[in-house]
Amino acid sequence: MSKPLIREVPPTSWYFRHPRYLRYMAREITSLFIGAYCVFLVFAMHSLAAGPSSYEAFLLTLRSPASIAFHVLALVAALYHAATWFNATQKAMPIQLGEEFVPGNLISGAHYLAWAVLSIAILFLAGVF
Amino acid sequence: MAKSNKPIIWFPFAAGGTVIAFFIPVIVLLTFLAALGHVPTGLSYDSMRAFAGSGLGKLLIFGVIALSLWSSAHRLRCTCYDFGVRADKLVANVLYLAAGAGIIATAVYLLRI
Amino acid sequence: MKERLVQLEVLRYNPDTDTTAHFQRYEVSCPEEGVVLDALNKIKETIDPTLNYRWSCHMAVCGSCGMMINGEPKLSCHAFLREYDGVIRVEPLAHFPVERDLVTAPDDFIEKLKRVKPYLIPKAPKPISEGEYLQTPAQLKKYHRFTLCINCMLCYAACPEYGLTPKFIGPAAISLAHRYNLDSRDGGRDARQEVIASKEGVWECTFVGACSEVCPVHVDPASALQQVKIASSIDWIKEHLLPGGGK
Repeated sequence: MSKPLIREVPPTSWYFRHPRYLRYMAREITSLFIGAYCVFLVFAMHSLAAGPSSYEAFLLTLRSPASIAFHVLALVAALYHAATWFNATQKAMPIQLGEEFVPGNLISGAHYLAWAVLSIAILFLAGVF
Repeated sequence: MAKSNKPIIWFPFAAGGTVIAFFIPVIVLLTFLAALGHVPTGLSYDSMRAFAGSGLGKLLIFGVIALSLWSSAHRLRCTCYDFGVRADKLVANVLYLAAGAGIIATAVYLLRI
Repeated sequence: MKERLVQLEVLRYNPDTDTTAHFQRYEVSCPEEGVVLDALNKIKETIDPTLNYRWSCHMAVCGSCGMMINGEPKLSCHAFLREYDGVIRVEPLAHFPVERDLVTAPDDFIEKLKRVKPYLIPKAPKPISEGEYLQTPAQLKKYHRFTLCINCMLCYAACPEYGLTPKFIGPAAISLAHRYNLDSRDGGRDARQEVIASKEGVWECTFVGACSEVCPVHVDPASALQQVKIASSIDWIKEHLLPGGGK
């Protein structure tokens, strides 16, 4: 009996086989930066709870070059996550009205619009404008 | 074969992914402004204290941090597997416990405010 | 008809004599508007009759000529030569055992397809004398896209999670289960959920989305799988958190 050939998938380097896998891995790696940013938020809550002097000290540590670099990475990761997530909504939650499905771009577009409105509202409430 | 209990992990992951998409970019932008030396008035001690002092504020802050932490932990677990780390049980335990600790700490800090 | 010289690098494997596969280079002249399958047929007819591959309809309907073409899972009858420059690399579908040259063993997929019960399971038996099961156009449209699958297995060749975790039931089978679950005439969802909401089912999917990008008939398996995840999560909440198991 002849033997079929099994071609193993390289478990640590498979994503180099196609650009779409690299895009996927980029999306997944955003979780590292977003997760780190969430830990940073936990520390922010710690200093807020510890009183004004601790919170002021926290705001000062924010201004280090390392913190600025971290913020740039976190911002890129958060934006990439948001874009991939909103693009996916039309796949995960299609809407059928009567006979026809609502065009997918309309569903994703509505999410982008709500996102923009919400973000501007938060910036406004935080006194940025 | 039985149905999996994965929804316990996946449902908060999906909720967290949505929360991250809607809230985290603008929150990063706010602290980024502070990092650049332009602290928005909303991030001053008094405003943050007043916001986190209200019931609604506590709930919002807790919801955003807890769900985002959980979602990131779960995605990081999958990422480790995709990078070829086959100790999935260990990775899962470490990441979920870390996220859990962060969530509890957030609740404790918020209750102190 | 204008002809063009095509260079192909084809993976060869003879199970009787080889322990590993190797690439063999061929050069044939083909009509410019031809497809990769035409080039393979020309090679087999004029250069090398020992070359093995599967094909049948030559019109993207039968789903039997799936191969990796320059690393992309494609129906070779649907891979137009004009879209390629230089040497075209042709390999058997990824993630499946290679039987000979470009012929892969589809057994794993067929077995998984059976497990998800891809057929109508009526809610209650109904004698023919009571007439047909009626369905509105809206009810048909709800699942129609997922009926288009031709079982070509390109999605399995594209799915890295299937490659890394071969137990994963995979895109096409879960999409087909979803197609029957969405059908207003069907009552078999509970039985299918036992398979597709299991550990080896939809939860192995990390939404890479490659399945939908390579599907030649636009079934959009990634969409089906995300919908199955949401529905299975709602099931779980009903079963575990609501009084009476949500029944």
